Amino acid sequence: MPSEKMLMRGSNVVGEAAVRAGCRYYFGYPITPQNELPEYLSWRLPEVGGTFIQAESEIASINMVMGAAAAGARVMTSSSSPGIALKQEGISYMAGQELPCVVANMMRGGPGLGNIAPSAADYFQATRGGGNGDYRTPTLAPAGGQELAEMVFVAFDLADTYRTPVMLLGDGLMGQVMEPVVFPDPIDPASLPQKDYILDGCEGRDPRAIYSLILDPPALMEHNLKLQAKYDLIAEKEVRYDTVELDDAEIIVVAYGTAARIAEEAVHELRAQGHAAGIFRPITLWPYPKQQLRELARDGRKVAVFELSLGQMVEDVILSVGERAPIYFYGVPGGVIPTPADVTDFLHSALADDGKVGRRIEV
Amino acid sequence: MIARTTFAGFGGQGVLLMGYVLSHGAMLKDLNVTYFPSYGAEMRGGTANCTVTLSDRKIASPVASHPEYLVAMNYPSLAKFEPLVAPNGTIFLNSSLVEEDPQRDDVKVVKVPTVELAREVGSERAGNMVMIGAVCAETGLLSLEETIAGMKAALKGKEKFFELNQKGIERGFSFIKEGK
Repeated sequence: MPSEKMLMRGSNVVGEAAVRAGCRYYFGYPITPQNELPEYLSWRLPEVGGTFIQAESEIASINMVMGAAAAGARVMTSSSSPGIALKQEGISYMAGQELPCVVANMMRGGPGLGNIAPSAADYFQATRGGGNGDYRTPTLAPAGGQELAEMVFVAFDLADTYRTPVMLLGDGLMGQVMEPVVFPDPIDPASLPQKDYILDGCEGRDPRAIYSLILDPPALMEHNLKLQAKYDLIAEKEVRYDTVELDDAEIIVVAYGTAARIAEEAVHELRAQGHAAGIFRPITLWPYPKQQLRELARDGRKVAVFELSLGQMVEDVILSVGERAPIYFYGVPGGVIPTPADVTDFLHSALADDGKVGRRIEV
Repeated sequence: MIARTTFAGFGGQGVLLMGYVLSHGAMLKDLNVTYFPSYGAEMRGGTANCTVTLSDRKIASPVASHPEYLVAMNYPSLAKFEPLVAPNGTIFLNSSLVEEDPQRDDVKVVKVPTVELAREVGSERAGNMVMIGAVCAETGLLSLEETIAGMKAALKGKEKFFELNQKGIERGFSFIKEGK
């Protein structure tokens, strides 16, 4: 049975959705602004026979995640920007070991310790592989509320299907905002497909090993090519995005997560003023919906990118659109939250090409 | 219909709880709602504010450019948020604490002596309930029954506060309806 409608903050939505998606193990280390998530799981997981451990550090917690994944569990960790930076070693190892997990990042201002205010400047970290080596992490960027609950299920399914760490990218605002949510049916972990690679005792079968160290260069090359084939398959099959009022749009606003919600109100405002604006909202940041955006950037339409950073996703927009359409960028860093009115000003400026708010990108 | 309300004051004045009551009451009558809290690292003595957006349609942004309603529980909140209130909006002022008048002449001002009214119903601590009652009565966002239901949903598990809080909400409503 789906749950009744519940008014919950985003961080707690992630926690409840994880439990319902069959996650029974959480390992983490506290950091603002996502502490409500481990706080929620600290009592919720024991209720369903799960395990919650507050580790001694971020690095310890991601390595506990690695162990649980190697033993076959649905497992997750979470943190906020600088904490996610610390977990990158383990994420890279797990990519190499082909172990599934979900890593939730409620982003805050950076670089370094930055601040505890909502930001979205970890796009590069999430989509370009924050750790070392040739690997990719599928990255889901829900816009909060109901979609946040649903994407947690998708994240665990992607992780298991492709045996890979998956990033769930939110921000401090999304973690704090409360909205009504209805949760999908819970999944019984015992009903999930058996895994034929896990370390669960080898009585009656050949021993297995899971490692990321492959000293022989041709053997590592073969492993890299195998991983790449998997990433190519993910890029082909798992692209997700959403659009709002794009059919007749003369200007396409590209934004994800919280920024997309702020932008959507600006788009309604522009429509009310007689300008045909619409939204293109990537939900997977990797794989990026390149082809879909490319096909929309035609017929003299303008593309306006809005980010809670000084310009990271805009690089994927440039790779998608190239010179097919003029690209404008407006970004606000540091945990300052712009209002819909600020984005409205940017869109007017882009339509007029007057450079007053944001800037034209030279490709 | 869309209505955005910013509640602001000192930490400890029950500012976030007012927003929480409004949000729950709205959800119970099947409106869409977003509740966006913002507060300093301190539990008490810092500043706190939250913005609640209600709509019968999908709500895009939980961040409001120009809220229709401002509830200012202290002077710094009035000074900070008054310029943002939408034209023809309403400012609810905690007149027990704020002696200054708003500068704007394009907004309505409703002064609510929360401390004195809360004292009448038994405890100054119900000042925030008096205020949310006054806000709902003046704006029509929630009826008296819906506001009380919202309070009970927001404070589920803390039933010992229901009686005092209900009296506070009722006093806020009667203050607006009867003008005293």
